[in-house]
Amino acid sequence: METYYQSYGVVLAVLIAGVALVAVAFGAAALLAPRRPLPAKLATYECGMDPVGEGWSQTQIRYYIFGFLFVIFDVESVFLFPWARVFEGLGMTAVVEMAIFIGILALGLVYAWRKGVLRWV
Amino acid sequence: MRVELAPIAPELLLVGAGIAVLLGGVLARRADPLAHLAVSLAGVAGAAAASVMLWSREGATALAGAVAVDRFGVVARLVLLGVAALALLLAHHTLARDGELRPEVPALILFATAGMTLLAVSADLVTTFVALEVLSLSLYVLTGSSRRLVSLEGAMKYFLLGAFSTAFFLYGVAMAYGATGTTSLGGIAHALAGRTETPALALVAMALLAVGFGFKVSAAPFHMWTPDAYQGAPTAVTAFMSAGTKVAAFAALLRVLDVALQPLGWDWGPVVAGLAAVSVVVGSVLAIAQTDVKRMLAYSSVAHAGFVLIGATAPGAPGIDAALFYLLAYALMIVGAFGVVSLVSQGERGTSLEDHAGLYRRSPVLAGLFALFLLSLAGIPPTAGFIAKVSVFRAAVEAGHWWLALVGVLASVVAAFAYIRLMVLMYMREPVGHREPDPSPVPRLVLAIPAAGTLLLGVLPGLVTDVLGKAAVLRW
Amino acid sequence: MSVPIGWFLAVSAALFATGTVGVLVRRNALVMFMSVELQLNGVNLALVAFSRLHGDLTGQVLTFFSLVVAAAEVVVGLAIIVAVFRRARTANVDELSELRW
Repeated sequence: METYYQSYGVVLAVLIAGVALVAVAFGAAALLAPRRPLPAKLATYECGMDPVGEGWSQTQIRYYIFGFLFVIFDVESVFLFPWARVFEGLGMTAVVEMAIFIGILALGLVYAWRKGVLRWV
Repeated sequence: MRVELAPIAPELLLVGAGIAVLLGGVLARRADPLAHLAVSLAGVAGAAAASVMLWSREGATALAGAVAVDRFGVVARLVLLGVAALALLLAHHTLARDGELRPEVPALILFATAGMTLLAVSADLVTTFVALEVLSLSLYVLTGSSRRLVSLEGAMKYFLLGAFSTAFFLYGVAMAYGATGTTSLGGIAHALAGRTETPALALVAMALLAVGFGFKVSAAPFHMWTPDAYQGAPTAVTAFMSAGTKVAAFAALLRVLDVALQPLGWDWGPVVAGLAAVSVVVGSVLAIAQTDVKRMLAYSSVAHAGFVLIGATAPGAPGIDAALFYLLAYALMIVGAFGVVSLVSQGERGTSLEDHAGLYRRSPVLAGLFALFLLSLAGIPPTAGFIAKVSVFRAAVEAGHWWLALVGVLASVVAAFAYIRLMVLMYMREPVGHREPDPSPVPRLVLAIPAAGTLLLGVLPGLVTDVLGKAAVLRW
Repeated sequence: MSVPIGWFLAVSAALFATGTVGVLVRRNALVMFMSVELQLNGVNLALVAFSRLHGDLTGQVLTFFSLVVAAAEVVVGLAIIVAVFRRARTANVDELSELRW
């Protein structure tokens, strides 16, 4: 029975340590840091040019859509590396599986293309 | 190496149909919503047939232990596919009426359904995680699909809290893997059963998985996203996600509790009981305070998550049996209830309690259907909700949690007030304003299906007890 | 030289806790979302550490899945946040109050 509660004790200790860590860090900062609010401190860059407009300024929407496409395809390639390492041992099955995987991704690209995402107007 | 695909044939068919609809929508010269609906329904029907074929193959895992082939999975899948079919029909009608129907909507419903059915059969925490994400990502987009601000706001809140809960779930998976060296449910159970003391990591894993699942099934105190997402989403989508997410996430939760963490039964019992008690109380009390029908039903869904959890506190077959029946009944009545709301309201207008005043005068059929679903949600005989509540309470009492059953009964009485107040509004008050409910007969016929199911299960629950009894065995 | 597993887990827990606090105290949707990413990275570190502890690759494979899912989440999440911003001109979750009871 004692060992049973011991494992709960460990969990409790971890919890308390976690809460304490954050509380101490935030608390110490709140207590020690001098507070002298200046408008300059809220500026995006502390020195150099004053930024014009706000952070949510307009950027070309097409950068962001291309960014999305890049992220998706970039990350899917994570599966290609381990596959390339072992596919010789797995034979045809692995080739077919990867073909299906890439095929589905290609269908996604077809969808994006037909939606006009790829056009650089 | 031969890969056997039959165990995931339902998911493959759903995803295939989804891709077909998605590409058909952009490749065809003129998008035809009816064709999309037909392809989607064909996909769902094919998936249902493929699931039924797995009924006789009880007792295996497939694809390197990733998915379970068992009767529990077949029943859960069929419930989910039924929900998806009803949702597709409702969404086709109401979104076309509101000018918000795009081919992406049925496609996303199919993808989400594939995630749900995969979640219900996953025998490995990696599969559970991927399935959970397939379903969640599709639902985030569906919630925001109408492009109205409320809808987008609901989607954003749903997304932020959903991603937050995913992180907890994944941390739980990592801890379970750390404690046992495996992620398969059977393997975790095996590793935990051999120990005399419980490793602290396994307890952390249990707690984190409970938080992750708590968010997904919207059990209090992890329910904050539920009212916002349910109110913001187009009502047909709400009908789909309220029923589907709950059934799928509970199926996976039951697998994790009754298989992987079965050796820790003494540890998770109180946790689940606590979540259940808080959920029924919070959901029932807050349901009364709502002025919007969709929000009221959202809080009621929190309470219903609690009722299913009450059933889940009973370990083994009796608990699974009761929870499964409750999920079936809940899926029928909540799809029906949101279905009626989707016909009474239009877009984001017409969902307040006031808008339902005098509904009986304007549409006796809709008022009657809604009354039936509300009675079932309240757990009043002769409806499925009554039998479902009795069975979860009985399972809890037999497992020795009589206090939980007592809390459940008291909370049902409190919640009944909210439902009955709405019925009084519908039947005894004069209509306010000139808003007319959707007059078309087809969606009414669609809603007759869950209505018939609710009544039938209430009068003759014996029809399904045999099937559910056979399905209430979980080994992975 | 080998670092004991406890240190990895401590760093992973610290990352996860920082992310959790970030989600709870920050009110800008983008910053909240970045905090979620921090949580996921904490999880990834724990997975890789456990993978080395157990001497098998399951943890690393799971990390791949987590990375890919996180990427999909970024795309869907940012799309939603951008859509909200274009409609409401704010990404502060407290200023969005169409949904209140």
